[in-house]
Amino acid sequence: MKNRLKVLRAERNWSQGDLADRLDVSRQSVNAIETGRYDPSLPLAFKIAELFALSIEQIFTSPSKENDQ
Amino acid sequence: MAMSRALKRYNRDVIILSLIYAVFLVLAVYAFKHQLLSGPLAYVAAILPALPIVAILGAIGRYLAEETDEYLRMMMTRQALIASAFTLSIATIWGFLENFDLVPHVYAYYAQILWFAGLGLGKIINRFQASRGAL
Repeated sequence: MKNRLKVLRAERNWSQGDLADRLDVSRQSVNAIETGRYDPSLPLAFKIAELFALSIEQIFTSPSKENDQ
Repeated sequence: MAMSRALKRYNRDVIILSLIYAVFLVLAVYAFKHQLLSGPLAYVAAILPALPIVAILGAIGRYLAEETDEYLRMMMTRQALIASAFTLSIATIWGFLENFDLVPHVYAYYAQILWFAGLGLGKIINRFQASRGAL
């Protein structure tokens, strides 16, 4: 699933490891989510959204809307 | 989070259980070679080396239950599924070959050895697919 995780992370000067620590997941998880290789569960998506103080839709692009972009 | 607590515990459990397995195996082989055991005790001694191996399967189950990182949990689940498919495929093929007397009989515990090899194969496949962007 496409997302803005890399941009949001870069805006805060966080490495993948920094974000992983804040989310209490592995760096591999952050990398997999960031590159769209892995879709996080709803609880983890909420955790990510809450960390950036955004809604899930502001971070992740709905697969049904990916072609619109 | 370099290595999750669950993964550290799993690695520690596997090392300890592997050492216990080696000790039990040496003791059982020694006891049978020198004909020190008979009756029910012989059955107990023969089964002893199998128990730590069974416990490793339990350790994998505990890892999956305790791992809080859902991505790592998924990767291990994939590994176990690949290992199971690998083992059952070879066991089925070998079973038919054996049934038609084309290959010799092998002990059933080789299935477990195959499964652990399959676990390694699963890890390689996971890494390969992740590097290609498929995971």
